[in-house]
Amino acid sequence: MKLKHTAMAGTLESSDIMVTIEPKDTGGIALDLTSSVMQQFGRQIEAVIRDTLSGLGVENAAVIAVDKGALDCTVRARVSAAALRAAGQEEFNWEVRR
Amino acid sequence: MDEQLLQNIPHIDEIAHHGVFSGVPAKHTGTFQDRAQRQNKLLPSLEDAVRATGLRDGMTISFHHHFRGGDHVVNRVVDTLARMGFKNLTLAASSLAAVHAPLIEHIKNGVITHIETSGLRGELAEQISRGLMDCPVVFRSHGGRAAAIRSGELHIDVAFLGAPSCDPYGNANGYSREEGGTLACGSMGYARTDAKYASKVVILTNKLVSYPNAPWAIPEYDVDYIVVEEDIGDPKGIMSGATRYTKNPKELLIAQTAANVIDAAGYLYNGFSMQMGSGGASLATARFIRQMMLDKSIRCRFALGGITGQITAMHEEGLIDRVLDVQSFDLDAAHSLKHNRFHHQIGATYYASFLSAAAVDQLDFVVLSALEIDTDFNVNVLTGSDGVIRGAIGGHPDTAAGASLSVVVAPLTRGRIPCVIGRVNTVVTPGDVVDVVVTDQGVAVNPKRPEVAGKLRAAGIRVYTIQELKDKAEALVGVPDPIRYKDRIVGVVMYRNNTVIDVIRQIDED
Repeated sequence: MKLKHTAMAGTLESSDIMVTIEPKDTGGIALDLTSSVMQQFGRQIEAVIRDTLSGLGVENAAVIAVDKGALDCTVRARVSAAALRAAGQEEFNWEVRR
Repeated sequence: MDEQLLQNIPHIDEIAHHGVFSGVPAKHTGTFQDRAQRQNKLLPSLEDAVRATGLRDGMTISFHHHFRGGDHVVNRVVDTLARMGFKNLTLAASSLAAVHAPLIEHIKNGVITHIETSGLRGELAEQISRGLMDCPVVFRSHGGRAAAIRSGELHIDVAFLGAPSCDPYGNANGYSREEGGTLACGSMGYARTDAKYASKVVILTNKLVSYPNAPWAIPEYDVDYIVVEEDIGDPKGIMSGATRYTKNPKELLIAQTAANVIDAAGYLYNGFSMQMGSGGASLATARFIRQMMLDKSIRCRFALGGITGQITAMHEEGLIDRVLDVQSFDLDAAHSLKHNRFHHQIGATYYASFLSAAAVDQLDFVVLSALEIDTDFNVNVLTGSDGVIRGAIGGHPDTAAGASLSVVVAPLTRGRIPCVIGRVNTVVTPGDVVDVVVTDQGVAVNPKRPEVAGKLRAAGIRVYTIQELKDKAEALVGVPDPIRYKDRIVGVVMYRNNTVIDVIRQIDED
């Protein structure tokens, strides 16, 4: 997926995460993560962010994530939304679980 | 009567030890009002009082925490002691709050080298968790502190006790029945232990009233010196109007479940006794208990502990016969203590000391909050999920041990932090005295109390194992990585019998 401009998703409310994604040409994913639960869940949040971006085919980007204790599902949703907005994509692959 | 006759009295050596009557000193014949002006314990300044006590380097000073976040006494006194050049003092407070952050400087400059307290919060707690002090802070429960003071394990050389009213002889109280009292903290229960056992006692008061300041919390014979200070505390920080009931639906669900558990377990009968913790959910439990009492037409014989306006409203409604108040949490409670004759002030020893028969031993049930509960039912109320000290033991282990049914209430998760986990960061109350855990997503009963589990099931309450609650939490939030600590011990946690139950280590942020 090709990112076109900087975009963001999420809020700074408790149990949410605010994700800002800026397109880059090279350098892979540069992640700047701060979290209110860094010690306990920092590793897991980073893994979910990288996994989500990789799943969307985003290879190069500067990502700023400010986490306020979001669950994994929320992290995934905010990262996806920010990436899709950055790519200007309006066709969504809604994953419907059977 | 002469000496010779005295010696002829059989068994005189066992009967009298002070010889023969030899006359009396001159009587005071001035008026009582005149005496109050001349022969009293008032000193012109705090510095004079400190000098009069004979305080020396290396001694132990003590304070009470009835002024909570509004306390100006600790900082004022320690500033003064620092200016006077004292070093190497032990500060033994019944508890400390965020307002005591200025102590950090006095720890750095060697004025305070050891702290004993029930809890720590704010910047002082943060820095101590990061290794500010060489000697570990000693954390005791309210009952444990009372026992340690009485046994001499914690000897107080000089107690500096703030009092919203005091007369020239030292009869001191947390409120005043005189007109025009502006400051009130209600009960001064924790200060009474200090006053009774400290070598020297200084009362700092902003309101000097005529003798006798009745009723008093502290009697004059326990007081050595009195200093009048305009500013001993900020009324806004000491207490607010009424502690409000929570509107948080999660907390209300927990509270309602807790009340149902108590009823089902058979402890809601005519003449029962209870204590409510000060947390949102434990406080809200009182609301549901009240409705059940009305429905069943039963009364509570006594409510104990930190007292709130919810409890005093039920007292005034006729639902609670007696209130035993070691600490008043809000203005409504302080007002009730002042006006209701069966709202009775008690001291820390009477409340919770294991060395004597204590009021906690007469509790049917107590509802207590928790930061963390583990699968052995151990409870932590002292360190946060990041390992930093941010709480107080209070009467948690005392009441849990004393009550026939201890109910610990907590949300299953706080944000992403699970509250039911494999091992608590700090054991404050051992699982052996915790009977039921109530969360918003289920109830667990300690396997030591199978009869309680049976009664809950019979009443239609689903009972989970504590492991099932932990699994539910992990399914929601995942498994947290453990907190990293260094080896260095920054805090020692005492159980209520003053045995060491756990330690707190310096957090590792490298």
